[in-house]
Amino acid sequence: MTAPLLSAQALSKRYGAIVACRDVSFDLSEGEALAIVGESGSGKTTLLNLIAGALAPDAGEVVYRLRDGATRALSSLSDAERRGLMRTDWGFVHQDSSRGLRMNVSAGGNIGERLMALGDCHYGRIRENALEWLGRVEIAAARVDDQPTAYSGGMRQRLQIARNLVTRPRLMFMDEPTGGLDVSVQARLLDLLRGLIADMGLAVVLVTHDLAVARLLSHRILVMKESQVVESGLTDRVLDDPQAPYTQLLVSSVLAA
Amino acid sequence: MSALRVDELLRVEGLSKAFTLHLHGGARLPVVHGVAFSVAAGECVVLGGPSGAGKSSILKMAFGNYLAGEGRILVADGERVIDVARAGAREILDARRRIIGYVSQFLRVIPRVGAIDIVAAAARESGLDRAAARERAASLLARLRVPERLWSVPPATFSGGEQQRVNVARGFAGGHRLLVLDEPTASLDVANRQAVIDLIVERKAMGTGFLAAFHDDDVRARVADRIVDVSLFSDREAA
Repeated sequence: MTAPLLSAQALSKRYGAIVACRDVSFDLSEGEALAIVGESGSGKTTLLNLIAGALAPDAGEVVYRLRDGATRALSSLSDAERRGLMRTDWGFVHQDSSRGLRMNVSAGGNIGERLMALGDCHYGRIRENALEWLGRVEIAAARVDDQPTAYSGGMRQRLQIARNLVTRPRLMFMDEPTGGLDVSVQARLLDLLRGLIADMGLAVVLVTHDLAVARLLSHRILVMKESQVVESGLTDRVLDDPQAPYTQLLVSSVLAA
Repeated sequence: MSALRVDELLRVEGLSKAFTLHLHGGARLPVVHGVAFSVAAGECVVLGGPSGAGKSSILKMAFGNYLAGEGRILVADGERVIDVARAGAREILDARRRIIGYVSQFLRVIPRVGAIDIVAAAARESGLDRAAARERAASLLARLRVPERLWSVPPATFSGGEQQRVNVARGFAGGHRLLVLDEPTASLDVANRQAVIDLIVERKAMGTGFLAAFHDDDVRARVADRIVDVSLFSDREAA
């Protein structure tokens, strides 16, 4: 059996006296989408940042299988190797699009940047790629030279996705990708994400407090409370037959539309 | 693990289920215990018994949607046997792609996705290419009498019966060897019930095994090879 794409092993992190993540472990394979759910302050975003290498754990390790098949602990990568990973094999969609985009660079430039980082310097090819990806995230080609500041919230999120996917990453991290968007805009974004994940066989780690988003996008789910995983498993099983007291509370607190 | 008989697709042994309601003082709500039956290839086993007896819980456990208590849910996978009661999430997802299909009582609609795309996606999971999957989806929607002008429309605006026929088409599109049906005809009129009956009869003849609960006596009479009375295993008073 091949090693998992990513393996989180007994991750812990504290800020002073506060434990933000306690002993979290899981595996992720290609094409698998994992949702991390829980209320604000439960440690979801800390866990995401630990897995994505944006934070160093106090204990535990994240192991990743590189494109050449070698399995490496993130902590053993050089800064250059880690940057390379983030620019090519990984994507990160932030809730706040200004963290994931260059707001004063055109949409085309935002998409082209990752290609240029890979060494592509053929302007025509980069622009062609940018236009193709704008199309795939349903943004009109006529908007290619506009800056994201002129885009709506939903368009900015779609641009972030295009910017990430242009290098054909194998793993995407998403932090509340639909947070703060109108419901109709959310639906469009979710449908787009669902299609892209399936078509590209992407592995996804998704942080959300919205159980409907988790149900639509993820195969498996981790439920976090007070920095620990209190329940995990198949997404529909956890949502339809929750076992942990906290998961039961979470599921029963959702208003059915 | 005891092997299944050659023609056995599913065998349930000593299965129990209880809910623990942590939000209500940890009250324990037993549903069923000692559930035992088996489904052979080409056979339709129907769960009978009053509402609240636990039929739906048994169906959901067989699909891995509810967590099983004690007991085993053995599903044939070629030479192998999977115990759904103990399988991990990945193993269940894999079994759902290849072996076990499920038709719920209601379609869970996905915004913006057209009816034919919902059905074709299920066909693609079974390994068909895009064109073949669409062809199978179209033929199922036609057989289930969903008007062609609705095929590209997301079913959110459909009537209950129309949505349910899309749901049935999706369940049958995967070509699974074992299909779990939870009252799939409850919201259908006579002509549409007949279309579902025809599909079940046809798939039985091809060797598909069914585990089902039906609201209507006429459907049950037409498709059931055996009825398993769930009240024998039920922990609740009849409703």
